[in-house]
Amino acid sequence: MTLTVARTTNRPPAPDAPAIPGPRLLAHMHPPGVVSGTWQSLAEHRTRYPRPPTPRAKPWTELIDAADQAGLRGRGGAGFPTAVKMRTVSRGRGRPVVLANGTEGEPASYKDKLLLTYQPHLVLDGALLAAAAVGADRVVIGVEQTAPDALAAMGRALAERASVEPAGIPVDVVATPAGYVTGEETALVQFVNGGPALPTTAPPRPFEKGVGKRPTLVQNVETLAHVAQIARNGAAWFRQSGTPDEPGTALVTVTGAVVRAGVIEVPMGTPLETIIERAGPVGRWAAALVGGFFGTWVPAAQFNLPFSRAGLAPAGASPGAGIVIVLPHGACGLSETARIMAWYAGETAGQCGPCIFGLPALAGEMAALSHGPVPAQGLGRLQRWASEVEGRGACKHPDGAVRVLRSALRAFPHDVERHLQGQPCGGSFALPVIPVPRAARNPAGR
Amino acid sequence: MARDTETLEVEPIACVGHGVCAELLPEWIRLDDWGYPIIRKEAIPPELMVQAKWAVSNCPALALHLRRKKA
Repeated sequence: MTLTVARTTNRPPAPDAPAIPGPRLLAHMHPPGVVSGTWQSLAEHRTRYPRPPTPRAKPWTELIDAADQAGLRGRGGAGFPTAVKMRTVSRGRGRPVVLANGTEGEPASYKDKLLLTYQPHLVLDGALLAAAAVGADRVVIGVEQTAPDALAAMGRALAERASVEPAGIPVDVVATPAGYVTGEETALVQFVNGGPALPTTAPPRPFEKGVGKRPTLVQNVETLAHVAQIARNGAAWFRQSGTPDEPGTALVTVTGAVVRAGVIEVPMGTPLETIIERAGPVGRWAAALVGGFFGTWVPAAQFNLPFSRAGLAPAGASPGAGIVIVLPHGACGLSETARIMAWYAGETAGQCGPCIFGLPALAGEMAALSHGPVPAQGLGRLQRWASEVEGRGACKHPDGAVRVLRSALRAFPHDVERHLQGQPCGGSFALPVIPVPRAARNPAGR
Repeated sequence: MARDTETLEVEPIACVGHGVCAELLPEWIRLDDWGYPIIRKEAIPPELMVQAKWAVSNCPALALHLRRKKA
């Protein structure tokens, strides 16, 4: 998969861009003048992030309580309360395992790779503390094999720790095959267990029976970095940023029609507009795909909404894994969506019928809408298929496809009307704005 | 006294779209355009219970299940 995001976090913001307070995970990268791409050695890391407190008990329920009071939610997309998952795993049947999910299959996302590459020790701190919290005796870190920098940084960080700060429990880095569904937690668990990186029928969910059939805490790597911060600074400190309901900061990958594509760290609830302005706009905006390929189109008229679950709800959107792809004025959101739908069809795991057949059908229908000829039945069949595909896979892959498709129809109603009349907008013949990687997998039918 | 209810569920990975279930229980199961079952989510009414069990036991892929929900 090609990386679509430049590493430009160190560039100074546009002169008129509003200030965004207090980065925490990327504190060493944000000040202007700092050279980007500095890998943090353990010694350097410890000057900025002192060694976290040593757990007093196993399981270390105090840390679970702190995560609870901090109101930390997962940063991998679903936004599930971290403490609830930790508590369930710690009380499960058998010795727990911590599985740090750094696979980041979402094509527009770069924040996890950034964190793994430049802050590997912060992720390791978090993973080991989470292991202590749930009483785990093993940590596995999943990183996509197409991210060699992240893999190398993790390997180096672990080697460095072995002599200075031994983890006390085995920590393995697992290179996962490329592919969107690889990062789905049941797929990741099955791969770590020696099987194919494909989703499995749930229940049982990984928190009941995961790696080695043991209760498994699957957490996104950014979430674990926040856990490390909470262990060190406490829940009250964590809540100084963000909103009361969704505290803390989040890493956001901003791409598309912006000058400084890259990852920025913002308090939860920062207006969408502020995030986009910070990345430097290119001309006027039409909309943004918020949450990435698994996300929702938000028209520019709603850019005043706060970037949080509650804040984006009026647009039917959510932060997802922290992604904003900006579509410039004049581009065709329907054509962009058609290409994303083709990608979804190619990225199916090829296991469930409605996904294997439904996604290519939806992609074909969307391609027809973007370039014509529009089928005689208009949108009727498209909408029927969308509702029939939704919720009928073992994982949420088809649901994501349906969500982005429906949001396109909602966000670009005038375009839909004109396309249906056989007058596609000029932008539908222009070059794509959103880079769509070639699908890593081919369902190949069965 | 409320009784436990049962719903029909398909394991999507196991199902390969034979379509037998929709033949045996058309009141409850229809097929999508590609031949995969779309099943009503409500509790199965008692008068369809026999056919529902029949559909479950005749699924060639063993992908159809009855799930008991506590009352």
